[in-house]
Amino acid sequence: MRWTIMSALDDPSGLEPAWRGFAPGEWCGRVDVRDFIQRNYAPYDGDAAFLAAPTERSLALWDKVTELMRAESLRGILDADTDVVSTITAHGPGYVDRELEVIVGLQTDRPLKRAILPLGGIRMVESALQAYGYELSPEIKRIFGVRGFRKTHNDGVFDCYTEEMRRARKSGIITGLPDAYGRGRIIGDYRRVALYGVDRLLADKKAQHTSMAEREMSPETILLSEEIAEQYRALEDLRTMAARYGCDIAGPARTGREAAQWLYFGYLGAVKEQNGAAMSLGRTSTFLDVYFERDLLAGTLTESEAQEIVDHFVMKLRMVRFLRTPEYNALFSGDPTWVTEAIGGVGEDGRHLVTKTSYRYLHTLSDLGAAPEPNLTVLWAQSLPRHFKEFCAQVSVETSAIQYENDDVMREVYGDDYGIACCVSAMRIGKQMQFFGARVNLAKALLYAINGGRDELSGVQVAPVSEPVTSDVLDFDEVMEKYRATLGWLARTYVGALDIIHYMHDKYSYERLEMALHDRDVQRFLACGVAGLSVAADSLSAIKFAKVSVVRDDDGLAVDYSIEGEFPSFGNNDERVDSIANSLVREFMSRIKEQKTYRGSIPTQSVLTITSNVVYGKLTGSTPDGRKTGEPFAPGANPVSGRDISGPVASMLSVASLPYEFAQDGISYTFSIIPQSLGTSEEERAGKLVGMLDGYFGQGGHHINVNVLDRSTLLDAIDHPEKYPSLTVRVSGYAVKFIKLSREQQLEVVGRTFHGLDDLESVAVVGACVE
Amino acid sequence: MSMGYVHSVEVGSFVDGPGIRFVVFLAGCPLRCQYCHNPDTWRFTRERTDSDEIVAKMATTAGFLKAGGGGITVSGGEPLMQADFALDILKGAKALGLPTALDTSGYLGDRLTREMLQSVDLVLLDIKSWDEATYREVTGVDIAPTLRLAERLASVCTPVWIRFVLVPGLTDDPANVSGLARFVAGLTNVERVDIVPFHQMGRHKWEELGLTYRLSDTRPPSPEEVHRVQDLFEAEGVTVGEAHLAPCAPKAEDG
Repeated sequence: MRWTIMSALDDPSGLEPAWRGFAPGEWCGRVDVRDFIQRNYAPYDGDAAFLAAPTERSLALWDKVTELMRAESLRGILDADTDVVSTITAHGPGYVDRELEVIVGLQTDRPLKRAILPLGGIRMVESALQAYGYELSPEIKRIFGVRGFRKTHNDGVFDCYTEEMRRARKSGIITGLPDAYGRGRIIGDYRRVALYGVDRLLADKKAQHTSMAEREMSPETILLSEEIAEQYRALEDLRTMAARYGCDIAGPARTGREAAQWLYFGYLGAVKEQNGAAMSLGRTSTFLDVYFERDLLAGTLTESEAQEIVDHFVMKLRMVRFLRTPEYNALFSGDPTWVTEAIGGVGEDGRHLVTKTSYRYLHTLSDLGAAPEPNLTVLWAQSLPRHFKEFCAQVSVETSAIQYENDDVMREVYGDDYGIACCVSAMRIGKQMQFFGARVNLAKALLYAINGGRDELSGVQVAPVSEPVTSDVLDFDEVMEKYRATLGWLARTYVGALDIIHYMHDKYSYERLEMALHDRDVQRFLACGVAGLSVAADSLSAIKFAKVSVVRDDDGLAVDYSIEGEFPSFGNNDERVDSIANSLVREFMSRIKEQKTYRGSIPTQSVLTITSNVVYGKLTGSTPDGRKTGEPFAPGANPVSGRDISGPVASMLSVASLPYEFAQDGISYTFSIIPQSLGTSEEERAGKLVGMLDGYFGQGGHHINVNVLDRSTLLDAIDHPEKYPSLTVRVSGYAVKFIKLSREQQLEVVGRTFHGLDDLESVAVVGACVE
Repeated sequence: MSMGYVHSVEVGSFVDGPGIRFVVFLAGCPLRCQYCHNPDTWRFTRERTDSDEIVAKMATTAGFLKAGGGGITVSGGEPLMQADFALDILKGAKALGLPTALDTSGYLGDRLTREMLQSVDLVLLDIKSWDEATYREVTGVDIAPTLRLAERLASVCTPVWIRFVLVPGLTDDPANVSGLARFVAGLTNVERVDIVPFHQMGRHKWEELGLTYRLSDTRPPSPEEVHRVQDLFEAEGVTVGEAHLAPCAPKAEDG
C-alpha cells in the first residue's frame, strides 16, 4: 500500500482542497467535528440490501490475522518486547502483509507483538513478561521505579495511599483501582486527525499555549501549560510515525480511505503510548460516512471498496493488544481492550445519525465473523429507523456481539456527539474526559456495617471501629442506620484514593496524545462505581420482610445468616425491593458528591462490575439474602441469578427503575435468552427483540447486553472449545470470546438466569455452579 | 373484581401471542394431555388471587408492553375453567388499552360468552388432533367442543392462531394431520398456524408430582418429520407460520 504525498493545490474558492464537496461552516474556522458532521452527513433510512460481501483481499488478510490469533491463543501471547519502551515513535513500521493491507499500522514492529509501557507501573510489566517466559531488560529495570531515574504512576500512588486505603483495597471493599497500569477511559477525538491534518491541530495547540500567558501562573495554569506543550510534542510524533508508513498526515485526509487511515493513526498513536484499562474509539462511523458518500458520488469509490476499508480498519482494531498479567486477564475474562465504538443515535435537531457506514461497521460481524472487539455499541433511540433497528436485532440474534445503550436518556446529558468509554461511560468527544474509578463493593459494606467495620472473612478492622449489631435477629432500621454510616466512610476513603491515583497518573503517565485531541479546557468526571447492588438490595429486603438471624463465630464476628420466611427479590418488578435498590444508588451517589475531587472533576457513578462480579463474590462472605461465602455476584445491575423469576420484562423493569440521574456513568444489564423462546424464525426473533429493546429503553433502561444463546451451546463450548473459536458472549459492558473465559467464569455465565428456559435445565446447570 | 386460582404470572413472554406478552396462567384444567409440560397447572391452587391485583400488576408493565408491540395473554391450565375471573382480567387489560389474547384448548368453548369475546382480540387455539380417538387418547376428552368453538370464532371473525403439537407415534399419523389441515383450511380467521415439536422438558414436573409419564421413551420429532407434517398442511392449502388473510365478514351470533 503506497500513499502519494499531497501536493499543495491552489483552490480558487479558498476552501481547503481536501474539503471540496463538503458543506462549509463553523468547522472550517475552528476545530469542531460535530459541526462538520451535522452539516454534511446523510441519514440513511433504507435496509441492509446495499451491503457488499467482503473482498478477496479482505478475506485473505483476515485469514492471516486469524492464523496469528490462533498461534497467540495457544501460547498466551504471540511475542513481546523486552527492551524497547513503547512511545508513539519507538517502533518502525509493522505489517501483517503489505500487499493486502488497505489500512496500515501496528502497535509494534510485528503483528500482535506486545509492547512494554512502564509509565503506569514497572511491576505490572515485569511480572507480565515473566508470566509468559520473557525477561525484562536490566537497563529498563534500572531506569524505572523509585530507585531508578523515573518514578512511575504506580510508585507515586503507593507513596500516598493511607493505611486505611491499603486495607480497603486489600480486603476487596474497593477493587479494580487503576493504580498499577494505565487508567484509560479517555477518548481522543481521532476524527480530528482526518478532518484537519496534524499541522492545523499543532497550530491550534500553539495558540492554546500562547493563551496561557494571559493567566495567573497558578499551579493549575502551570500544569495545563506543561500538558499543552506535551500534547504539541505528541502530535509532532504522530506525524513522524505516519511518515514511516509513507503517509503524510500534515494535511487533511482527501478521500474516504485516507480519512479512515488518518483516524486510525490517531488511535494507533494512543495505544502505542497508553495501555489504559479501556482504550475506546469514540463515534466514528457517521463521520467516515461523509467521506465515503462523497467518494461514491464522485465515482472514485465502490460499495465493495468502502466495505473493504471498514473491514481492514476493524481488523486492525481487533488486533490491539496490551501486555498484562494472566491474573488481570482472568479478572476481566480474556484480553479485553474495550475499543468501544458508538453507532447510531439521534441528533439534537431530531435527525437520526444512522448512515450506511453504521451498517458497514455492524456488517463486519457477519463478513469477518463475530468478535468481541471493537466493542460495537448501538445508541438506541425510539425514533431510529425501523430498518436499522431490525438489522441490529438480526445481528444480535446471529452473533450476540452488540450492546445497546439508551440514546434518548444520554442525549439529554451528553448531547449528540458523545462516545462510550469502556462499557457504559458516556462523554462528549474531545470535550469531556473521565478519571476512571473502578468500584466499591456495596454488599461487603453492608457486612462491615453489621460487624462494626471488621472484615467478615479476615476479621481485620478495615473501617473505623463502630458499634456492631449485637442482636440475634437483624432489625432493618438499625442495620440501615449503620449501613449509611459505613457508606459515608467508604465514599470518603474511596474518593480519596481516586484523587491520589489521578493526581499521580497526570503526573507520571499523562495521556498526551489523547488529550491533544481534546479542547483546551475539558470537563472532567470522576467516575465512581458500585458492585453488588442486587445482593445488597436483596439482603436489605430479607432483613425487612423476612426474619434474618445472625450466625456468629467464636470471635463474635457475623459470618452467616439464616432466613425464615419469604422476601421479595430485585428483578421481579416488585416495588418493595426495587425501591431499596433505588435508594442505595441515590444514597451512595449523595455520599460521593460530598467529597472534594481532584481537579474539580464532577463525580458520577456507574452500576457496573465488568466481569469482576465473580471475583467480588469470592472476596465477600455470606450475605443476609442467603448468598453463601464466595458465590458470585450478579453482573452490573443484574438481579441475582435465578431470583428474577417473573419473566424477562419484570427483570428489565426492575433494572430500568434504577435512577440514571444518580448513575450517569451508566447502569449495566446483561440479558440472556435462548433463541427458541424469542420465536421460531430468525425474522420473528429479530422482530421480538426490537420490541423488547423499545420496551426496555422506553421505560428508561440505560444499557443492555443481549445474548441470544442456547445453554447447551455454551456447555458444549466448555467441553469442546476448538469447535467454537469465535463464539462471542456479552458479559458486562463488553463482549468476550467464550472459550477465553476461565472455567469458573464460563460456569458463572452458564448459571445466569436464561430467560425462556424450562426449570429442569436451569436447575441442573445452576446447581453445578451457583447453589 | 373477582377471586380466582392463579398458577403464575410471567411478565414478558415472546411466544404467547404477538410481540411481548404479560401472561396470566390460570390454574385448573379438565384435560390430561399426555405431553402436557405444565401438569402442575391441572389442579386449583390453595389460595385465590384478586383479579384487581393482577390488573394492577399489569398496569405497571403496560408502557413496556405497548412499546414492545405486545399485550396480555390469559392462559392456563384452561382459562375457561374460571371464565368469570378470566373475563375480569381481560376487561382490566382492555381498560389499560392493552391488546388481549386467550390461550385455550377450546374444550370449554361454550363458556366463552359474547361479552367475553368482545374483550378478546385473539384466540390461541390448541387443536391437539383431528382423529376423534387420537384426540381422546392424547387429552382424555372429546374433540367436538373445540371444533365447535373454532367454527364459532370463524363466524364472528375473531382472529385465531392454531397450534398443533407433533408427537412422534402419537399425533403424527398422516390421516390425523391431513384431517386437521383440511379443517383449518376451511376457517377464514386463522392468522397463523404453528407446528410445535414435542419436547421432554416437562417430564421432571410429572415426576415431581408423582404422576405417571407415558412419553418417557418418546423422542422429539426430527426436523425432517416436522417438515413432512408442514407439507401435509400445505397440501391442504394451509400456510404454516403467518398467513395473509382476506377480510373476514362476521355473521350475527345468536344468544
